[in-house]
Amino acid sequence: MKDFPYTEKKDTRSGFGAGLLELGRTNPNVVGLCADLTGSLKMDAFQKEFPERFFQVGIAEANMIGLAAGMTIGGKIPFTGTFANFSTGRVYDQIRQSVAYSGKNVKICASHAGLTLGEDGATHQILEDLGMMRMLPHMTVINPCDYNQTKAATIAIADHEGPVYLRFGRPVIPNFTPADQKFEIGKALMLNEGTDVSIFATGHLVWKAILAGHILAEKGINAEIINIHTIKPIDAEAILKSAAKTGCVVTAEEHNRFGGLGDAVAQVLISNSPVPQEYVAVNDTFGESGTPDQLMEKYGLTENDIVAAVERAISRKNK
Amino acid sequence: MNPHNKSIEELKDIAAQVRRDIVRMVHAVNSGHPGGSLGCTDYFVSLYFKVMNYSPKFNMDGQGEDLFFLSNGHISPVWYSTLARAGFFDVKELATFRKLNSRLQGHPATEEGLEGIRVASGSLGQGLSVATGAAQVKKLNKDNSLVYVLMGDGEVEEGQVWEAAMYAAHHKVDNLIATIDLNGQQIDGSTEEVMGLGDLRKKFEAFGWHVLEANGNQFETLLPALDEAKAATGKGKPVMLLMHTEMGYGVDFMMGSHKWHGVAPNDEQLEIALQQLMVKHASDY
Repeated sequence: MKDFPYTEKKDTRSGFGAGLLELGRTNPNVVGLCADLTGSLKMDAFQKEFPERFFQVGIAEANMIGLAAGMTIGGKIPFTGTFANFSTGRVYDQIRQSVAYSGKNVKICASHAGLTLGEDGATHQILEDLGMMRMLPHMTVINPCDYNQTKAATIAIADHEGPVYLRFGRPVIPNFTPADQKFEIGKALMLNEGTDVSIFATGHLVWKAILAGHILAEKGINAEIINIHTIKPIDAEAILKSAAKTGCVVTAEEHNRFGGLGDAVAQVLISNSPVPQEYVAVNDTFGESGTPDQLMEKYGLTENDIVAAVERAISRKNK
Repeated sequence: MNPHNKSIEELKDIAAQVRRDIVRMVHAVNSGHPGGSLGCTDYFVSLYFKVMNYSPKFNMDGQGEDLFFLSNGHISPVWYSTLARAGFFDVKELATFRKLNSRLQGHPATEEGLEGIRVASGSLGQGLSVATGAAQVKKLNKDNSLVYVLMGDGEVEEGQVWEAAMYAAHHKVDNLIATIDLNGQQIDGSTEEVMGLGDLRKKFEAFGWHVLEANGNQFETLLPALDEAKAATGKGKPVMLLMHTEMGYGVDFMMGSHKWHGVAPNDEQLEIALQQLMVKHASDY
């Protein structure tokens, strides 16, 4: 099992803020919109440096999505920012009609996704957003794993013509991917080659998968770990290649077990070469208040949960 | 410069032709929304044949051109006919309205690349936001042209309209001319019965808009109001034209009732309607 050294822990939302600021300096067409959460989204540096290209929308997310759709007409590349719940569930129809169906080049950037939002509780902890966004034709769905990757993804999506949902979060987590990485939309990243099981993880669960990989190695299980930062379009080739090698699969995501990464991977497998698959995901329930670590433990999203899922998957393979 | 710049007499003739198109289009597929389409015909004909500066050679970005957005997308027949008659696409294509594989979807869409359409609409309440965003980009691009958007009166029951209304005033989006089609009708009955709109003039004024009112079924009143609206732009406030129309205008049995909101005429009714919509040089598709 490879080591993934890191020098600091950072939040992925700050990676978004840094990426947006860099885009502001390199791409004059990039504009930012925010619904009264500029500090939380780390959009304040962009706002300060490019006030004429930043639009404060107030607490009016539906309007924000419509504005962004309109701003593409005339060549701008709008990046909207609010919490993941208000970026998707609250404005699904606006995204569907004015952005996705209209093929607009809007980047919907969503922070505080999932349980790791913590104490605010279930009203704000959306666990259905990946599913909703995946179901929309034309939509690209990205959930990067750390600060550096979120920054690289933010920069990369400006060059992608079409609507994108970019999901990130609040907690500080190890920043282990390279600072100079080139982010390739739709390309799964091999983190650790293995032979016994394929762990496909996204977002905050990528680091948990690495922790699980070390525990599994001590148990003599050689896990292949792949970072699926793009949920749609999903890298079917990488998934099938790995599954063919290992013969069983575990998916890990900070999302409801319905509609997210697990279902995306299952769809690839079942349409090609099915193998046993276990889900590490929230089991069709809402979250609640608590610290991020407490919540990840209570709802089964820790490295130990990944280890247990791996053991189940391997035992099914060997039946 | 408007590419057509027609006289009032010519506009009346074009409006009659557009109305003929509308009733024939909805009759052909026994579906669609003739009432609001007929009521707003004079507005569409005014914009595309007199008021707006644009090129009929369509490009999505429309830089240097006035833009129009239809928020109440269900009145697509009047828009499609006007666009075709204004030269965006062949009038023969009107015969494909609402049929399989057509670019003329039941509600306007960009998916099939129909010239003149810049965003899909149909699910109500979204167009004012889109138009406001497009207007702000015109300012960023130092483009002095204007953005027009039409909404239905029932549509302002949607909350997003008021989010956009608050935003456009706060951000001084003064290159935006919004119009509400005040025909007083919606699907379940009159707006007063279904959801009283109150005093829309006072409401929009309180939101910080410059508000005008006009009869939208007479070119003699509508054209001066659109001129006045244009003159009111650039003064720090978005502009709202409250346009009084009659649903079904031009076809007597369709007028004054919500019943023709989304119902097509039968063969006999079509013949009666066409007799009432006489054109000097009829050129039905």
